[in-house]
Amino acid sequence: MKKLILPAVVFAVGVSMVNGQQLSGAGATFPAPLYQRWAVEYNKQVPSIQVNYQSVGSGAGVKNFLQGVVDFGASDAAMTDEEIADAPRGAVLVPATAGSIVLAYNLPGITNLKLSRAALAGIFLGKITKWNDPAIVGANPGMALPDRPVNVAYRSDGSGTTYVFTQHLSAISPEFDEQIGFDKSVAFPAGIGGKGNEGVTALVKQAPGTIGYVEYGYAEQNGLTVASIENKAGNFIVPTPESGAAALASVELPENLRIWPVDPTTPDAYPITTFTWILLAKKYDDPAKAKALKDFVSYGLTEGQSLSVQLGYIPLPEAVVSRANKALSSVE
Amino acid sequence: MSMAGIEGMHDAVARRWPDFFQWLCRAASLAVVGVLLWIFWEIFQQAAPALDKLGLGFLSGASWQPNRDRYGVLPFLVGTGATALIALLLAFPPGLAIAIFLSEDFLPRPVRQCIRFVVELLAAIPSVVYGLWGIFVVIPIVQSLGTWVSERSGGFPLFAGPAYGNSLLTAGIVLALMVLPTITAISRAALVAVPRVLREGAYALGATRWETILGVILPTAAPGVVAATILALGRAMGETMAVAMLIGNSPRLSASLFAPSGTLASLLANQFGEAEGMQVSALMYAALLLVALTLLVNFGGELVLRYTERRTAGIR
Repeated sequence: MKKLILPAVVFAVGVSMVNGQQLSGAGATFPAPLYQRWAVEYNKQVPSIQVNYQSVGSGAGVKNFLQGVVDFGASDAAMTDEEIADAPRGAVLVPATAGSIVLAYNLPGITNLKLSRAALAGIFLGKITKWNDPAIVGANPGMALPDRPVNVAYRSDGSGTTYVFTQHLSAISPEFDEQIGFDKSVAFPAGIGGKGNEGVTALVKQAPGTIGYVEYGYAEQNGLTVASIENKAGNFIVPTPESGAAALASVELPENLRIWPVDPTTPDAYPITTFTWILLAKKYDDPAKAKALKDFVSYGLTEGQSLSVQLGYIPLPEAVVSRANKALSSVE
Repeated sequence: MSMAGIEGMHDAVARRWPDFFQWLCRAASLAVVGVLLWIFWEIFQQAAPALDKLGLGFLSGASWQPNRDRYGVLPFLVGTGATALIALLLAFPPGLAIAIFLSEDFLPRPVRQCIRFVVELLAAIPSVVYGLWGIFVVIPIVQSLGTWVSERSGGFPLFAGPAYGNSLLTAGIVLALMVLPTITAISRAALVAVPRVLREGAYALGATRWETILGVILPTAAPGVVAATILALGRAMGETMAVAMLIGNSPRLSASLFAPSGTLASLLANQFGEAEGMQVSALMYAALLLVALTLLVNFGGELVLRYTERRTAGIR
């Protein structure tokens, strides 16, 4: 009996490889841990479907998707109207998960820093150069803020994280919008650049007085101290899955599902959050492949959402999930 | 098979083999040249839109703002030059000293071989590892040292603070380690190649060992040492990963050693993945500059080496 088990397993795997579906995806690095986890969990449920996701960056993901090199793409910056128009097989944007971008700082002995909108913009404009600047002290009465220089850490590589963060700064500060603007990589007037979330994390950890922006999950994993940020309603909000979800719930999704909660108005919303999208073609040549893709993404939108909190993402609000499912059903 | 048989029966075959072999070698070497030209052409093609639009202003422009389509590469040119220069200044004296030490018989041969092996092993360490080592070891040192120096230098621009550790100096120090084996290995080869006749002549005239080394051997091997330095310069300019991890990647010009900066190679490594449209073209333009610069430098080093070989040929 024992002798039969191994060949049987091998045979079963062999058969599933023959009848199974290999789905390939590429794109954003930010949701990669979650998508890869979905792939593993879904494969346990449906052994015939294997999903291979490569985190190559949003820009490369969109390019690969347009070239038809992969079955699905993934992007934090969605797709521009030109890119959607260029898609040979059409494009459907499905919001798949979401995340907060947090301000991690290193000030020994200080753990509950609050940053007003003016302070946040001032720091990244290079105008606030000392931690005991009145703009920072104002929101933190009674806190012993040191006379240290403020050191800004930013992402040196192009990234969706920078895109979302600078979009928020441009929304809250006309001066930032005019001088710097938003993009996947911008020229910050002060500070040092680290490569990737891990690079910024290292910069923050290594030098007291440093503040930088990283994804929430990264700050969690690395035990970084994060600031509460003032939102549009004037409340200082600690980044949590709940405050992030409040921000996402506040937006009205447009027809193409492409929107950023740039500066949410809800009183309890954390102000810097973003959706991230899975890019699917409108029509696939192979109906079986289309079905497998839809099943996989549908799993991610339903059961998969429960995995997001433990990995540091924000679960999508109900309303968004139903809209995403509707978009998914338009894929053929 | 007798000799006559080979000369007779297999005459034609024996003649044809060398021809075939020559053809193979020629094809291989032409292929290498072809690939180089192909790379150049490809980069040039991609860079063409930026070349048209930006022209030579690209070299003197000091701002790099992809979202405004403003591309100036001057800070990165300066950063490339400055890091390579710091690396050479730091690596040349010890590199040459080690080369002299290894080419003389101060120590028994097995010990010398051992040291030589260790130095050349430095060249085998991947640059990511150098980068990590720099983050954990060099950055804290530069941080504390830089803060100390900048507080006492009275605002002297070269040592202006604040020193956060990711800086020109940090990248330069780690690059120095990375190019040390290049300097040592090629200089040692040049020193060893100095004919014994010269050494014996110097001794015969009553020179001491150090007089011989400094007055006869080094001058004779000088072009080789210069070539080693030039090749090391090329290596330092092209290094990407370790520099991107340590330099602080800032597109701003600064005179301070403790300020973050950027190099052409680190700029490419950082921005290529997410670049679009004109940015791709501008990056390719920067790549073209980098390729041209490193080729020029390596070509120069190679020329100097050739010249050395010719000059010392008569003595041998």
